[in-house]
Amino acid sequence: MIMVTTGGIIKKVGTTTNIKTGAWRTFIPTVTDKCTGCKVCEPFCPDGCIKVNPKTKKAEIDYDFCKGCLICENECPFKAITSKMENK
Amino acid sequence: MVLTVLEGSRAVAEAVRACRPDVVAAYPITPQTHIVQELANMNADGTLKSKHIEVESEFSAISAATGASAAGSRAYTASCSQGVALMHEVLFATAGMRLPVVMNIVNRALSAPINIWNDQQDSISQRDAGWIQLYAETNQEAVDLTIQAFKIAEDKKVLLPIMVCLDGFFLSHTIEPVDMPNQKAVDKFLPKYQPEHAYLDPKRPMTQGPFAFPRPYAELRKDLSDTIDASKDIITKVSKDFKKQFGRQLGDGLTESYSLKGKKTAIITIGSLGGTVKEASDREGNFGLLRIISFRPFPKKEIIKALKGIETVIILEKDISLGSSNGAIFDEVRSALYAEKDRPKIVGYIAGIGGTEVTVNNIIEVVKNSKNQQDGEIGWLMGEE
Repeated sequence: MIMVTTGGIIKKVGTTTNIKTGAWRTFIPTVTDKCTGCKVCEPFCPDGCIKVNPKTKKAEIDYDFCKGCLICENECPFKAITSKMENK
Repeated sequence: MVLTVLEGSRAVAEAVRACRPDVVAAYPITPQTHIVQELANMNADGTLKSKHIEVESEFSAISAATGASAAGSRAYTASCSQGVALMHEVLFATAGMRLPVVMNIVNRALSAPINIWNDQQDSISQRDAGWIQLYAETNQEAVDLTIQAFKIAEDKKVLLPIMVCLDGFFLSHTIEPVDMPNQKAVDKFLPKYQPEHAYLDPKRPMTQGPFAFPRPYAELRKDLSDTIDASKDIITKVSKDFKKQFGRQLGDGLTESYSLKGKKTAIITIGSLGGTVKEASDREGNFGLLRIISFRPFPKKEIIKALKGIETVIILEKDISLGSSNGAIFDEVRSALYAEKDRPKIVGYIAGIGGTEVTVNNIIEVVKNSKNQQDGEIGWLMGEE
């Protein structure tokens, strides 16, 4: 039995992060050594799941939420992101 | 008791004002216009303190009312016919999100052909949306039900939107003596709305109307169905509370039996046609009336109980479920009685469509004809040529 609230209202904040939408992915992007840490990819990601690590100065992808839309690959000015069909 | 002679729309507008809504969002449409016009006048005069939202369509009107209710305010709207049809999408959301919006529907026919007169196709067609639907027979009832509607809708066990339906022109534009409840009594009966489930407060954030995967969706829809079924008890309770405060009660809140005792024939109808049937019953004396006040939730048990010993049931309704050859009320009453051992003969009439008149003589004739009819027969009362 799933707990039902009145009208399905959710009073806990940020529960959307409990749903690992990365499972929906068909194509998986990978950041290669060519990455310069320019951060162009960051604002283009519709799910906010690509971020440049300040220590390594390389972009890192949160695969829990990346749906594989490949906008980052398309926008990267250095062709530093590649993609392939993901085997699950 | 002081009776005031008022047009139905004006009486309803005064009842709405007495309920102190926080937000009124409505779009004018014949024959509902006078209600919105009166509320706008009251707002301009400062006697109605609500926020009046001018909108460009009924879709916006119900959206604004739903949003206002989601933010925690007492929200009101009114519409009819094409306006209600345009609201269709949002109506399901208002109920599913459990927002206690109150809407008066001034029943009018649906296009095509375009027609501004009364039938109940507009609200009956919205029967699956999850809104409670109450139907008034007189202007007094329209007033009383509107006040009760806020109390029922906002009850913690209900939290559902309500349509209070009154027949276009027959009630909305008819001047009748009405006992207008005074403000003090209404305030006592209907305290300020204090939502615990849905409100807008940045310190206590929440998500309303979220996405739901199949299983939680099914759970929530079942919960909605159980809630509207259980609201019968609250409708009855509020009807009793209303009697305590104002000295009037409509049947048991769900249905009204009139002169049914010892009769073999019963007419079932909703809305203002009930008055015509009462007059016919008084003249002939050989049949009674069972008037359905609450069409949603549908009072199955109460109908079965009221029809004990009745041999012929005649259903008069101002709607048709096209493709099934009969009206929605006919189907539901027949279905409710299916399991009964001594099921009465049930015949139906599509009557009063698009404002056609149903007279006392029509009703007497219908009762006479029922003797020669087969169970399940459907007829049409077309009115004068």
